[in-house]
Amino acid sequence: MTLILEAVVFGVLTGGVYALMASGLTLIFGVMRIINVGHGALVILGAYLSFALLNSGAHIDPFVSLLITMPAMFIVGVVLQVAFIRPLKEDREALSVLVTYAVALGIEGLLGFIFTNNFVQLSAWYETASFPILGFHIAYVYVFGFGLCVAILAGIFLLLYRTPFGAAIRATMLNRTAAQLVGVNVDRVSALAFGIGVATAAAGGVVFGMTTSFDPGSHYDLISRLLTIIVLGGLGSLRGAIIGAIAMLIVEDVAAVVISPVWASFAFFVILVVVLVVRPQGLYGIRVRERI
Amino acid sequence: MTRVVTSTPVKFGALAVAVVLALLVPVFATDPATTNIAVFTAMYVGLATAWNIMGGYTGYISLGHAAFFGFGAYAFGLVLAHLGIAGGYEPFLFVPVAGALTVVLALGIGWVALRTRAATFVIVTIAMMFMVQLLAENLVGLTGGGAGLSFPVPPWTGDFYNTPFYYAMLLMALVALAVSWWIRRSKFGLGLLAIRDDEDKALAVGVPAHGYKLTAFIVSAALVGMIGALYGYYVTYIYPQFAIDPLIGISIVLMVFLGGLGTLWGPVLGAVILEPAQLWLAYNFGASRLYLVFYAAVFLVVIILMPRGIVPSVTSLIGRVNNRRAVGPSDAAGSATDTHVIVEPAP
Repeated sequence: MTLILEAVVFGVLTGGVYALMASGLTLIFGVMRIINVGHGALVILGAYLSFALLNSGAHIDPFVSLLITMPAMFIVGVVLQVAFIRPLKEDREALSVLVTYAVALGIEGLLGFIFTNNFVQLSAWYETASFPILGFHIAYVYVFGFGLCVAILAGIFLLLYRTPFGAAIRATMLNRTAAQLVGVNVDRVSALAFGIGVATAAAGGVVFGMTTSFDPGSHYDLISRLLTIIVLGGLGSLRGAIIGAIAMLIVEDVAAVVISPVWASFAFFVILVVVLVVRPQGLYGIRVRERI
Repeated sequence: MTRVVTSTPVKFGALAVAVVLALLVPVFATDPATTNIAVFTAMYVGLATAWNIMGGYTGYISLGHAAFFGFGAYAFGLVLAHLGIAGGYEPFLFVPVAGALTVVLALGIGWVALRTRAATFVIVTIAMMFMVQLLAENLVGLTGGGAGLSFPVPPWTGDFYNTPFYYAMLLMALVALAVSWWIRRSKFGLGLLAIRDDEDKALAVGVPAHGYKLTAFIVSAALVGMIGALYGYYVTYIYPQFAIDPLIGISIVLMVFLGGLGTLWGPVLGAVILEPAQLWLAYNFGASRLYLVFYAAVFLVVIILMPRGIVPSVTSLIGRVNNRRAVGPSDAAGSATDTHVIVEPAP
C-alpha cells in the first residue's frame, strides 16, 4: 500500500513536469494549429544548455541557469517560427509536422555532434538529498521541480487570462481570421506564443534532466508521451494537458508497482487507446471539423 | 489534360524502359556497395508508394508506418523460425504470410486511429508506433526483446548476395505500384480522393468513408509489412529500435512529399532521389550523427521551397508551357491557373 501511495505521489510530482512541457505543446497547437514534433528535442536542448552551463567554469546551478536558458530558448522559438512555420501556406497542419520533425532531427544531430551520444544527467545537491514523508523518501529535486512547474504554469495562466496580450492569444486560438479582423497581429502573436512554448520547454528540460538521464535521442520517447498527453487532454486545451499529464504519470507509476516497470510506459498508451475509443476528441477537446 | 500528359504509347514505352533498366541494375553494377544501395532504394520505392495509398490519396498522414515495417519483419522471422525454414529462396514464398499478419495488426490500429482525423490522427499513429516498439521489446519470450531476433542466414555469398534481395524488393515495389495505379483508377480511389478533399461532403454524397479509409490503411500497411519482412531477411538480424525506427517512417513521408503527395510517380521519384543521398550521408557522416543535420537541412529546404513536390510542380510547369504555345502568351496567366486545377489530380 505504501508503495502505491508512493507511486501516486511521484506520479503527481513528475506529472507536474510533463504538465509544463505538454502545456507549451498544446499552447503552440492552439494558437497555430500545428503539431510541434520538435518539442521533445527542444526540451532536450534546454537540458543540454543547462548541462553546458553547469559543467562550464562558472558551475551555474541548473535552476539558476534557467535565467539564461529560458530567454535564449524564447529567442530560438521565435526564430524557428519565423523561419520555418510562417512560410507554410497551404496544407499547414501536415507540413508543419514534417518541418518540426526536421527541426527535431537537426537538434538531435547537433547535440550528438557536440555532446556525443553518451547519457548524461544534471546534478546538484538536492538531486540526491531527500526527506522522509509518509513512510518513504522523496528527493528534494522532485519537490523543487514541481514547485517550479506550478509557478511557471501559474505565470502562463496569468498571462493568458489577465493581460491584453493573453486576450490576443486566446482570440487567435478561438478564431484566427476573426482575431485578425478585430486588429490582432496574429503573425506576431504566433511567433511570441511559439517562443513562450519553447521557453517552457527549457524549464521542463531542466527538471527532466535532473530526474532522468538523457542523450540526444531521448526526444523520441519524450515527444511520444507529450503528444499522447495532449491528445488525451484534447488538442489546444491547457487544462486538458495538465490533467492529462498528471493522470498519465500516476497511471504509469502505479502500473510500474502493480504490474511491472517494463509495462509502465505501455499503460500510458493503453489509456490513450481507451480514451480514443470512448471519446475521440480527448477529455477537454471540442469536436471540430478538422481538415488536413 | 491530353496536352499536359504525354500520349499513352509514349508513357508505356518510358515505363518499359524504366523497368528494364531497373531489372538490369545487378548486371551492370556488380560490387556489393552499389547493389546494397539498389536494394534499399527499391525498398523505399515500395514503401513510399505503399504509404502514398493512405497518406497521399486519402490525406491521412501516418507517421507510424514503421510499426508495420517492423511488425512485418518480426512476423516473418517468427514464422520462419517456427516452420524451421532454412535460408535460401524458400523463405521468399512466406512473405505473403507476413503481409497477412500485418493486416490483422493494421485492422486493430486502424480501427482506433481512424476514429480521429487530421492532427490527432498523426499523433495517434506516432503513439501506436511506440506501442508496437514497446511490445517488441517487452514480449521477450516471443520476440527475444532487446536481444533481437535472428533470421535464417541466406546461403549466397560475395557479389551475388544482394541480387536475390534486389529482385525481391523490386518485385514488391512493382506490386505496390500496380496496386497504387489500380486504386487510383478505381471507384474506390475516387472515394479516397473525395475523402481527402472534404470528408464530410464525401460522406454526404454517399462515400462509405470509414470502410474506405480502413481499407486503404490496411492495404498500405500490408504492403509495408511485406517489404519489412524482406528487409528482416536481408539484414538477417533485427531488434526493436532497429526494425521499428521512427526515422524509417519519417523518411518515407519525406520521399512522398518531395516527389509529390498523392501522385503515382511522385513517391518513386522521391525514393530514387533521397535514399541514395541518405545512404551516402549516413556512410560519410554517420559516425558523428552530423548526417542528421544534413538530412534535416534537405528536409527543410524541400518543404519550404517545394511544398507540393516535384511531380505536381513539373506537371503544372509543362502545362503552363503547353498552354502558352496553344493559346498564345496573352492568355497565359489565366490558363495557367486553369491547368493547375485540371492537372493536379492526374497521376
